Amino acid sequence: MTAPATVDPVSETPEPGTDGGPSVRRKLLVLVIAVLLLAGIGTGAVRYAADRSGRRDQEQAGGPPVQEGPVTLAPTGRQLLMRNLAWGPHRDEVTAVPAADPDGPRTASGVKCLRFFAAAGTGVCLQAEHGALDDTYHASVLDSSLHEVKRFPAPGIPSRARVAPSGHLAAWTVFVSGDSYAGTDFSTRTAIVDTRTWQFYDNLETFQVIRDGRAVQASDTNVWGVTFADDSTFYATVATGGRTYLVRGDLPARTLTTLHQNVECPSLSPDGTRIAYKKRVEGADPAAPWRLYVLDLATMAETPTAEQRNIDDQALWSDARTLMYSLPGDYGSDLWTVAADGTGAPARLVRSAVAPAYLG
Amino acid sequence: MYLADARSTKSDRAAAVVPGTRPGRRAAVPGTVLALGAVSLVTDVSSEMVSAVLPLYVVAALGLSPLGFGLLDGINNGVGALVRLLGGHLADRGGRGHKLVAGLGYGLSAFCKPLLLFVHTLPLISGVLAIDRTGKGLRTAPRDAMISLATEPEHRGRAFGVHRAMDTTGALIGPLLAFAVLRVADDRAERTSYSAVFTVSGCVAVLGVLLLVLFVPARITRPGAAADTPSGPRPTLRDALALLGRPELRRLTLAAVLLGLTTVSDSFLYLLLQRELGLPAHLFPLLPLGTAAAFLLLAVPLGTVADRIGRRVLFLLGHAVLLGGYAVVLSPLRGGAAAVVVLLLHGTFYAATDGVLAAATAATVPDGQQGAGQALVGTGQALARFACSLAFGAAWSLWGGRTALAATAAALAVAAVAATVLLRDPGAPARAAD
Repeated sequence: MTAPATVDPVSETPEPGTDGGPSVRRKLLVLVIAVLLLAGIGTGAVRYAADRSGRRDQEQAGGPPVQEGPVTLAPTGRQLLMRNLAWGPHRDEVTAVPAADPDGPRTASGVKCLRFFAAAGTGVCLQAEHGALDDTYHASVLDSSLHEVKRFPAPGIPSRARVAPSGHLAAWTVFVSGDSYAGTDFSTRTAIVDTRTWQFYDNLETFQVIRDGRAVQASDTNVWGVTFADDSTFYATVATGGRTYLVRGDLPARTLTTLHQNVECPSLSPDGTRIAYKKRVEGADPAAPWRLYVLDLATMAETPTAEQRNIDDQALWSDARTLMYSLPGDYGSDLWTVAADGTGAPARLVRSAVAPAYLG
Repeated sequence: MYLADARSTKSDRAAAVVPGTRPGRRAAVPGTVLALGAVSLVTDVSSEMVSAVLPLYVVAALGLSPLGFGLLDGINNGVGALVRLLGGHLADRGGRGHKLVAGLGYGLSAFCKPLLLFVHTLPLISGVLAIDRTGKGLRTAPRDAMISLATEPEHRGRAFGVHRAMDTTGALIGPLLAFAVLRVADDRAERTSYSAVFTVSGCVAVLGVLLLVLFVPARITRPGAAADTPSGPRPTLRDALALLGRPELRRLTLAAVLLGLTTVSDSFLYLLLQRELGLPAHLFPLLPLGTAAAFLLLAVPLGTVADRIGRRVLFLLGHAVLLGGYAVVLSPLRGGAAAVVVLLLHGTFYAATDGVLAAATAATVPDGQQGAGQALVGTGQALARFACSLAFGAAWSLWGGRTALAATAAALAVAAVAATVLLRDPGAPARAAD
């Protein structure tokens, strides 16, 4: 802290700056120099960022080869679709690789998505539109040739996307931060749409929450991370009163029934018996509190996986025994796998990719 | 601080001999107010740049889930209010306290912007935001005190209106500048793009501090006023508390607290607007802009009106306008037109109360204690609004949003009547204190 300059009681001049004169000219000079200097720093930072983003359009050295080509959601053998994060002209596009060669050459679809998921010929793609004032987002439902069938406005930054095994339902979660007066408050908004009737459940917070057999009223609910069992049942996370719950959702009845606590971003196993999820573990670094667990729905027994790092993703069952999830990597993120039964060790399967979905 | 205090008596003596600058010139909005307005404008550009991109940064560039990010926010709000008391009190100690404490506050916030370049986890980002809020808490009361001290009492409403309009202009420019930077940097999923935003924000914040240092006088002089030369000892903490012994300030604080207890927070109001009036969810981010636009356009005219008809009267009328806004939400009116009306009323409410309350406060405390006086009323109001948010959230859980708003509207009506009684008689003692 600097002490103010001593006032010389003898000089007794009026405060400089309030009465014009040469001191004002000197101050303006200082201001102009400072503005030029600060503008230089700001411009430099922006140009550096622009240059860097320009370089991202050139293929990264040693990265997976990406070629534009036809990508389909129709059954054509087992393939892995994901958002490609490798630098080059096809960055952020939905790309496909054969499931047998996941880190091999990628086929880019030309469709850019922030989040993507697909099942049974239906895709959901969360996209951003960069506006003058603000970014806006929407969810596109895609047909098997990745053409947009219908578009829904999304009120915030995309986070999760899922499609039911039948391809009849699509769900997505976005983060809503809304307004600058609210400071740093975040909440989520989760929507489900029936692609047969286009019935649109735009906000699952309006569903009735049932805890211990009785309906509970809560305004502070947040719902996120839908995973579908069938065309009427799904699982999701509900947060209320500072706790998170695993809920089973009944779409026709518009209810969410709590099953278990401390479960976020559930992912239902292909046989419908287990839920992979991120669990907030006690004593962990508050910046990285989540570990990957598996919950047996019949016994409610929790099994930690061998992955010991912080997981902030909705895991994907690549088969009945294996979980796939993203972790930060050199180019955005990489996709890793680990056994669901707690054995083995995590392994990196795909570099520079996020939002995976298996088809076929 | 001790050094500054030790010197204060000397500078007080110096100031006592110095006559007010330019006798005869009676500008309604003194240069100091314009300078402070420019500082606020530039600083708001800087801080709103960060607020606008922070959610995007956390989710898109860092890949984090921001849930729980808001947890610290409530705590920060409470701390911010208490820091404001401290800032106000410190500012009154010593002749140059206002500028020094305000500069410290602005400087602390400016320091936070480059810090954001180096922190990449939620707790650390929250920590930086907490420091930023501390800076905001420190500077608010001294800044309002300086506006009061620089302006002739009869023009304070307009002066505060000009300041708040400039402040809001900055808040509107900030997000535009941030998204312009992101557009040029061209990748919203990369840390570097946000580093560019934080760097530009930091540069803008430094410019704000510089404007304060260069163009806000260390000793605030008001044309033709002799009262701004406190010759007595510097106010102690006890003197700051003794301010509550002044009936005028006590009543004003009480009225502000009562009305603050029944003022639904902006975020809740926007949520209600969106749900009750059936607005498309993607319009949600635009709602605050509506309020800000009305606030910006009406702050100066309503400040001038406050000078004519009395600040207490306009402060109360402002809450009547807010009540009208609640009524529209509760009415059968739906859709975009109704939302526009509510936002217009909401912005009018701010224009009729925000700077006007500061101007009313200025008239109830002696010049030597403007900082503490402004902090007392401001903190009272802020804490009351915070309490209202907690209560409103609980009421919403129990009864649903609509009923909660109806209950708050009823309570606001009662509070407004009580406040009218409290503020009915401006009384001679306060006038004499000016």
